[in-house]
Amino acid sequence: MTRAIERREVALVDLLDRVLAGGVVIAGEITLTIADIDLVRISLRALIASVRVENEEEERGGREGVRHDG
Amino acid sequence: MTDSLATWLYAVTAAPEGGAPPQGLTGVADEPVRLVEKAGLAAVVGSVPLEEFDEDALRGHLEDLEWLERTARAHHRVINGVARQGQVIPLRFATLYHDDDRVRAMLQERREDFAATLRRVAGRTEWGVKAYVDPRSFLPDPDEPAGGEDSPGTAYLLRRRAQRQDQETAHLRATERAEEIHASLAALAVATAAHPPQDTALAAYEGWMVLNNSYLVPDGLTEEFTALVTALGERYLAFTLEVSGPWPPYSFTAPPKREGQEGQEGQEGEARPKEAPS
Repeated sequence: MTRAIERREVALVDLLDRVLAGGVVIAGEITLTIADIDLVRISLRALIASVRVENEEEERGGREGVRHDG
Repeated sequence: MTDSLATWLYAVTAAPEGGAPPQGLTGVADEPVRLVEKAGLAAVVGSVPLEEFDEDALRGHLEDLEWLERTARAHHRVINGVARQGQVIPLRFATLYHDDDRVRAMLQERREDFAATLRRVAGRTEWGVKAYVDPRSFLPDPDEPAGGEDSPGTAYLLRRRAQRQDQETAHLRATERAEEIHASLAALAVATAAHPPQDTALAAYEGWMVLNNSYLVPDGLTEEFTALVTALGERYLAFTLEVSGPWPPYSFTAPPKREGQEGQEGQEGEARPKEAPS
């Protein structure tokens, strides 16, 4: 099950490497400012947020991290 | 009517002989995809509602993973669909014009660039290769444990320092091997582009990603290239190699950089399309 999810995620990041960071860059008339911004960075925030949610859910259902004092 | 619509660009191709639009393709807003022609070129476009795709809306949507995934896949699906019929130049996600006339003007203005790019990618295909390693495979052999003369604090710090040095050594060894793999693959490619390593959490892998490159491979060498990836995976057992493709030439449509002209923050600061010496 996890594997299937991982597969999908991997395909998505490969896609984002290309769709968001690649292709001919022509500043469109409507997206002048967005074109200047690193689209990948914008979207990665969303990606990271979603991965965190998944991890937290996983942790809640399972093992706890080892804790060191000091 | 056009007040509420904008023209989303997917790709630029040579104008098709019959002028036939791509059949049955729908785009980022489920809109039918059509062609806008000018100067011997055709832009593959769709009309999308401004309220969902103007700059402010886009900015918000880009933070929404579900929206982003759906839309990025739709953008790619159109480009891929068009690529099946001939050579395409993919456009960067979120390139929007007010209307078709502005697209025609753009095609006219940039026709030389587009024509040159089409020639450059003709008969060639992009392949992605990623390589991962388990850092432990590259760690130096553990030395004798330090003698018991140091105080526990000193011993701890020494151990920490040694660990850090070992990590650096391991990383260096892994990247050297990765460079060898890259060199072998690059020999079959006419151009290569490096993408930054993917975030471990996002790409769901463990260890280090030491290669995340794209290769522009002549179509006649496709089988040789994928066979080479397999062979390299067998030769470099500490590496896990992953190939993806064929991709439309996303990573190879930037105009080639002239020597000594760095300019435009080099695509993620990392991607460095370079032509192989012929």
